[in-house]
Amino acid sequence: MSGVAGHIGLDVREAERFLYREARLADEHDYDGWEALWTDDALYWVPAGGDDTDPERQMSVIYDNRHRIATRIKQLKTGKRYAQSPPSNLRRLISNVEIVTVEGTDTVVGANFLIVESRERGTTMWAGRATYRLRRAGDDIRLAYKKVVLVDSAQALFTLAFLI
Amino acid sequence: MTVQYSELIQPERVHGSLYTDQDIFAEELQRIWYRTWVCVGHVSEVARPGDYVRKKVASQDVIMTRSKDGEVSLLLNRCAHRGNLVCEDQRGNSSTFRCPYHGWTYRNTGEMLGYPYNQGYGGKGKLSLNLGRVPRVDTYQGFVFASFAADGPSLKEHLGAAAGELDRLARLSPEGEIELTAGWLQHRAKANWKLLVENETDGYHPQFVHGSVFSVTGSHIGTLYSDKSAAVTRDLGGGHSENDLRPEFRKMEPMNWFGTSEARVPDYVAKMRALHGEQAEEILIEGAPHVMVFPNLFVAEISVFMINPVAVDETVQNVTAVQLKGAPEMNRRLLSQCIGSVGPAGMLLADDSEMYERNQRGVAARVPEWLDIRRGAHRERIDENGFRIGAANDETGMRGFWSHYRSLMEGKAR
Repeated sequence: MSGVAGHIGLDVREAERFLYREARLADEHDYDGWEALWTDDALYWVPAGGDDTDPERQMSVIYDNRHRIATRIKQLKTGKRYAQSPPSNLRRLISNVEIVTVEGTDTVVGANFLIVESRERGTTMWAGRATYRLRRAGDDIRLAYKKVVLVDSAQALFTLAFLI
Repeated sequence: MTVQYSELIQPERVHGSLYTDQDIFAEELQRIWYRTWVCVGHVSEVARPGDYVRKKVASQDVIMTRSKDGEVSLLLNRCAHRGNLVCEDQRGNSSTFRCPYHGWTYRNTGEMLGYPYNQGYGGKGKLSLNLGRVPRVDTYQGFVFASFAADGPSLKEHLGAAAGELDRLARLSPEGEIELTAGWLQHRAKANWKLLVENETDGYHPQFVHGSVFSVTGSHIGTLYSDKSAAVTRDLGGGHSENDLRPEFRKMEPMNWFGTSEARVPDYVAKMRALHGEQAEEILIEGAPHVMVFPNLFVAEISVFMINPVAVDETVQNVTAVQLKGAPEMNRRLLSQCIGSVGPAGMLLADDSEMYERNQRGVAARVPEWLDIRRGAHRERIDENGFRIGAANDETGMRGFWSHYRSLMEGKAR
């Protein structure tokens, strides 16, 4: 269960601070800052059609390893990723933060989120629960894994080109 | 209102109201979506007896089932009693469906089985009310097509030359069959369905809309649609069209159509050579088709799309990765590349979708009234098989689409 600050595991306040920061970087399209959070063995996953799919055999909305995260960021930074050019206006709320478990050097954290996205198409609400694996790296905390389960992952989705 | 389609659809321009008019959309449902052959799914989605999946044909809620004798049926999801849905789950396995409202039951072929408290109907066996069935169901290379018209052209007649392109897809499998078993992404766009169809074989936009991803991945796809490309756009007739990239792929090594090399998929290449002998080289070089099958099936090399209209200004594009039967080594790569490219967050399709939506907002403007489709009309030619072809980035396919659309909407073709 939750570790004490200074130990390998993170406590819930440390985890919250990280999640809030990650949320702000994504909301504000700070692509370099957001990308720098990830570890080399990163996995960024947004399942489709429920949350118990096998991403190696089933379609996902996003299933990025570290290399593909870098490609996604590079594309956004060209300024010609039209689905994000102009970028969406975004603000997200993170809540119900819980330390799920500590596995080796990783603290597994769960949280609910609600994102309001405004584009010319209209305002879209994105809600769900995310699971993160957070890892200490010296004085920093890094993100090794983020799984974003949308409440409407089984429905038809509008374009989702921002960092969720 | 009687729409004069001959006025709205001209050889080199189409009227903006075709994308915004509610009456035209309603007429399209009757004359295209509920009459001609529409692709619904693939037999591999219901592989075992009793398997079922829910599908849509425009607003029709349809259940694709496989009965114990192996037959694939398309049932309308509506109890014959009071109209309730008889199937709520998106997929599953069952030999029967039971309406939750009054407990009426049906076989997965649509035939009525029973109705509780049958004395109210004069006893058992007095009623014979079945689930509605799509009148005509046929398959080609495993793709399941539906026609709500009891008669009309056969599926083979409807597919015409597009059938050969589906054959080209299937022959990439070491067992001669593709499967669509990876589930579907459902991508919603605030745009008329025809904007999606027109975009599918538009070779003019990739350099611009997808320049961002080509530049960061070093992909050569953009140049296949450049002015120097030997690739062609072909009007296959019947509203079908393709970007034929083979003239460019033939200059390259095997598997380059997929951006990979023989060394990276050795087991697959070995299997293909064992199966096809000398012809394997040609297949491995030419790769998969890029074909739009009227009105809603699009094969983009490694991805399969099925377009479904929701409203005059809203469409859902369903997409999944092609899986080649007997090629696990390829299938992981096909899936991964497909996920990276398509769907709501795809590095290609999210930008296409942005364009459809901007188009839809634009066509609401009153002037200029027309959308231009003349590109390459002056340099079109007829190939050795009698098909109209243009350069890789010409609007030959679009003109073919509109010509067929017009004949359907005027009741001159079915």
